[in-house]
Amino acid sequence: MNKVKVLKKGRFNAALFSLNPEFLLLLFIYLFCIATYTSSLYFDEVPPILMRGIQPATFPKGLIVLIAFLNSILTYLYFTTKTTSNKNLPRIFYKTIFGLFVFVFVSHFIDLFLALIIFSFLISSWWGEKNILLILSLSIIFPIVVFVLFEVVLGLRFPSGILTNLYYN
Amino acid sequence: MTENFLYMLAPIMNGKIFLILLLGTLFGLILGVLPGLGPTTGGALILPFTMTLEPLSAIILLTSIYCAGTYGGAITAILINTPGTPAAAATCLDGYPLAQKGEAARALGMATFGSAFGGIFSVIVLVLFAPILANIAYEFGQPEYFALAIFGLTMLASIGEGSPVKNLLAGAFGILLSTVGKDIMTSVDRFTFGVGQLTEGIGFIPVVVGLFAISEMLVQSTLTNQIFKRVAMKAVKLPTKEDFKYCFKTILRSSGIGSFIGILPAEGGTVASLIGYSEAKRWSKNPSKFGKGAIDGIAGAETANNAATGGAMVPTLALGIPGSATTAVILTGMIIHGLRPGPDLFKEQPEFLYGIFGSMFFANILFFIMGFFGAKLFARITLIPSRLLWPMIFVLSVCGTYSLNQSFSDVLLMIIFGVIGFVLRKFGFSVVPIIIGLILGQLVELTLRQSLVIFDGNYLLFFTRPIVVTFFVLSVIALSFPYLKKNKQKNKLKGEI
Repeated sequence: MNKVKVLKKGRFNAALFSLNPEFLLLLFIYLFCIATYTSSLYFDEVPPILMRGIQPATFPKGLIVLIAFLNSILTYLYFTTKTTSNKNLPRIFYKTIFGLFVFVFVSHFIDLFLALIIFSFLISSWWGEKNILLILSLSIIFPIVVFVLFEVVLGLRFPSGILTNLYYN
Repeated sequence: MTENFLYMLAPIMNGKIFLILLLGTLFGLILGVLPGLGPTTGGALILPFTMTLEPLSAIILLTSIYCAGTYGGAITAILINTPGTPAAAATCLDGYPLAQKGEAARALGMATFGSAFGGIFSVIVLVLFAPILANIAYEFGQPEYFALAIFGLTMLASIGEGSPVKNLLAGAFGILLSTVGKDIMTSVDRFTFGVGQLTEGIGFIPVVVGLFAISEMLVQSTLTNQIFKRVAMKAVKLPTKEDFKYCFKTILRSSGIGSFIGILPAEGGTVASLIGYSEAKRWSKNPSKFGKGAIDGIAGAETANNAATGGAMVPTLALGIPGSATTAVILTGMIIHGLRPGPDLFKEQPEFLYGIFGSMFFANILFFIMGFFGAKLFARITLIPSRLLWPMIFVLSVCGTYSLNQSFSDVLLMIIFGVIGFVLRKFGFSVVPIIIGLILGQLVELTLRQSLVIFDGNYLLFFTRPIVVTFFVLSVIALSFPYLKKNKQKNKLKGEI
């Protein structure tokens, strides 16, 4: 019993002071519940004759309460059971996330096709491929093949951009 | 009856459909072999291309990917000790040790035979049980469908991988995602935050591709230093007479287990293979050999995971409730092609349904042949380094996701869900309940509200319907099952001490 109390106290302090990622996730889920519940308070209400059983906000509200309840069970389990600590993520992971940001920025503001080429190039080289020629050819040829395939087979039109416009014109 | 049998032969009688079946099986095998990919991601990526096909061909493509992809994971599991698909995780336990002893060909032979046998067994189960279930479903009204969907979600939490609380939370999150957009009954905007693209709701494909492909890419980014040691193999060997004799009961038992687990809405093959493996160990004459290269361990796991494929299709086709993440993709494919799974489909389009049954049957035979003669070749695919493979998968994911609605917001959603999926997986959540929740969400809400209209707002009237009460009781049992099991294990441990 004492052990559990010490463990609880220890984990509580550790959670607060070292910002344990698992604890942060639980906190984030609570914040998510608060934000979505607040947002659901502003849904339009319909007159009883049109509401078909329940108001449009009732079902999501019930789900949010359920999520918060389940999260409280997880919080309880977090403080009462021993879990192994998560390993730190390697730098390559953060680089990959940065790559995704670059992809979103370039594809949104410049060109989707160019963004795919840049992302492929960055990921291949960051993940350890040394052969620049191979990286270059793969990151250029493969997106071209996929672009043409989607365009020909599905008749897809990709969003306009510097390189895409060159292709379409 | 004869007519239905002839419909089942359609995939091999029609050249075009046979070609699609062949391509689907080949593609499924490649997807299964590549670690991190699998039939769910592959099915989601190929979905846009199915738009150019007729409905039957499109669904045959998806189902053949499902069958072959589930088997393909065994090749990687046995040769490089990394499951190609989550369903092949249990295969690693004995497959790789056996391969290290120089018996890779024997291990692969047993995996190939067991998978094909389990798959064919489950197709027979599908042919027999899906029409019966569909007939029963005729008795279902809205309250029964609501209770059934709730039962499905609780089963998912109960026998899915990992913590039941986390699974339930993920399932509830999936249902919550399905409420984004215009409320289908009142047209009131919900969680759209003024973003026009969200009024149509959150698309299924961006979520699936994000949660499976992109989150896996992020997982792979943390494993770039990992070195895989591939065991050499000359050719696949059929199991010997002694192996057959020794494993026959295991194969039969796992076929039954897999088909049954598949029918329950859960993580299909993954759970089936784990149960198939542990049951094989429990009934084995040499349980001490398990984990060191037991041939019946491979047979137990591999037969069960492929037997789950046909089982998972039973509720998908008969009730429109997916039995696994991949069948959720197949269900989406059917909806995209204007087909509504359920009892009416059995009455109105038997040629379509029996065509699917037939395609699954022949896909199992085809992957047996391809696996037997081409496993060595497929094993070479595992040599493609992840630093070259994943940028290509990303390009395909972006184009595939964009192509369905030609919307860049879908690509953004895919990336957001990729990050969410990675975080959730890192903390022990399974992403499968999110997918099932998302696809069942509308059904749950719609049937709840329609039931309340029938009941004039009185929730208690749910309990006046026997089928509803049965499903609710089963849901409570499903929810308490993990805790009862845990307590039983604790008591057993105490007894041993």
